[in-house]
Amino acid sequence: MSMIEIRNVSKIYPNATKGLNGINLSIDKGEFVVIVGLSGAGKSTLLRSINRLHDISEGEILINGSSITGAKGKQLRMIRRNIGMIFQSFNLVKRSTVLRNVLAGRVGYHSTLRTILGMFPKPDIDLAFEALDRVNIVEKAYSRADELSGGQQQRVAIARVLAQEAKIILADEPVASLDPLTTKQVMDDLKKINQELGITTIVNLHFIDLAREYATRIIGLRAGEVVFDGPVSEATDERFAEIYGRPIKRDELLGDVSV
Amino acid sequence: MSANTELKRPKAPGRLKLYFTAALLLVLLWVSSVQTESSLSELIKGFPNMLDLLKEMFPPRWSYFHKIVDAMLDTIRMALVGTTIGAILAIPVALLCASNITAIKWITYPVRLVLNLVRTMPDLLLAAIFVAIFGLGPLPGIFALSVFSLGLVAKLTYEALETIEPGPLEAMTSVGANMTQRIVYGVMPQIQAHFISFTLYTFEINVRAAAILGLVGAGGIGHYYEVTLGFLEYDKTCVIILFTLAIVLLIDYASTKLREKLL
Repeated sequence: MSMIEIRNVSKIYPNATKGLNGINLSIDKGEFVVIVGLSGAGKSTLLRSINRLHDISEGEILINGSSITGAKGKQLRMIRRNIGMIFQSFNLVKRSTVLRNVLAGRVGYHSTLRTILGMFPKPDIDLAFEALDRVNIVEKAYSRADELSGGQQQRVAIARVLAQEAKIILADEPVASLDPLTTKQVMDDLKKINQELGITTIVNLHFIDLAREYATRIIGLRAGEVVFDGPVSEATDERFAEIYGRPIKRDELLGDVSV
Repeated sequence: MSANTELKRPKAPGRLKLYFTAALLLVLLWVSSVQTESSLSELIKGFPNMLDLLKEMFPPRWSYFHKIVDAMLDTIRMALVGTTIGAILAIPVALLCASNITAIKWITYPVRLVLNLVRTMPDLLLAAIFVAIFGLGPLPGIFALSVFSLGLVAKLTYEALETIEPGPLEAMTSVGANMTQRIVYGVMPQIQAHFISFTLYTFEINVRAAAILGLVGAGGIGHYYEVTLGFLEYDKTCVIILFTLAIVLLIDYASTKLREKLL
């Protein structure tokens, strides 16, 4: 059984534009999928449909066999708990400490009262520190999130997903607001987590050389439709030109960065 | 060449609107003064009277001071309790008003309407109503200040709530948090400094308001204004005014400093 099953999914916005059009995808456990496409091609919409931050108009999405598109209330929250998300703008609470931001990933596991009082059990706190350690930022645990650089904040966001013990990680342009060097570090962290913990990872990227370097499978979107789906070896410059509808430009390549 | 640039220039916008507004304002001012029978000459004629009053106020009768200390403390206590009750009640109201948190228009609009109605009631009127219900004393004053604080704090807080970053809320949704957890983890840290600042600001206003609530029998120092003015003991009134001024300045200063530290 596949981890994520996307069946005939379409999304029509209220202004009648089609965000997604008849998408069918099946993603297995442990895959590292990179979705590429021009801005407006529907990458973000597709990703946010998977954990239902966006509702779709047609079709069905199954997570580990259970339908998230049909789920409600607690059932929906239980499915979401297994899907971690990383955002372009990090989405940390800037005035809270790093540790509290990471522990926020645990709230789905406890009663409302317990989380309001902030009484996380010891194993949770250990888990949070382990997660911070994995992204090499444990010494910042008691710093306020806004004291950290962009790259460090994104690693805190990754630690939050790890503390969440997610089975799937969705990363929506995780490196778009980072410089080339920190981009490498964050992508390396994501790759390491994918390989060591076997977490299924889906990343939206617009740098195509980065996509080739990290992905095990590339999906190309154009105008809300899947126009390419295959292993990295098949994703040649010519195929990318097809996805983009024009030859690849220089600024779509990150370029060589020596770390 | 020069003729050419002349042609390209857009026509300067007319100033008619400005003149019209100025004329309208002057007319409004004139009509208001005629209707209320106020005139500058009357103000000048009344000037000696004001000086007489000031003369009677000085020197202040300092011995009166110890009699009003308790009432002044009562005034501060009323403001403190009233602000606290109002601020606590304002939290759920503000959350219901904020369209980015309560996404249902059927809830936000009616709650905002009620909030605006509450805010149109002057605190002195509220106090008079509560005095009619609960009788004389500080209790109706506290209720009046609570309602007034609720209106002010809720209004300021919900407006601040609507400007918070949506990102952390979205992140909390994605980890599977429920509504309460989303608010506690995604909203509260973003808003709490603003909320405390608004509450302190409301407390400043309430100390000033509480000082006159006694005029309608709602406790505090205001009662002594009425008594001393009634008996024409202006030297005592002067002590009350100076004392109130000192307290209000002190609390304003402390609160402003605190708010600067917060934000």
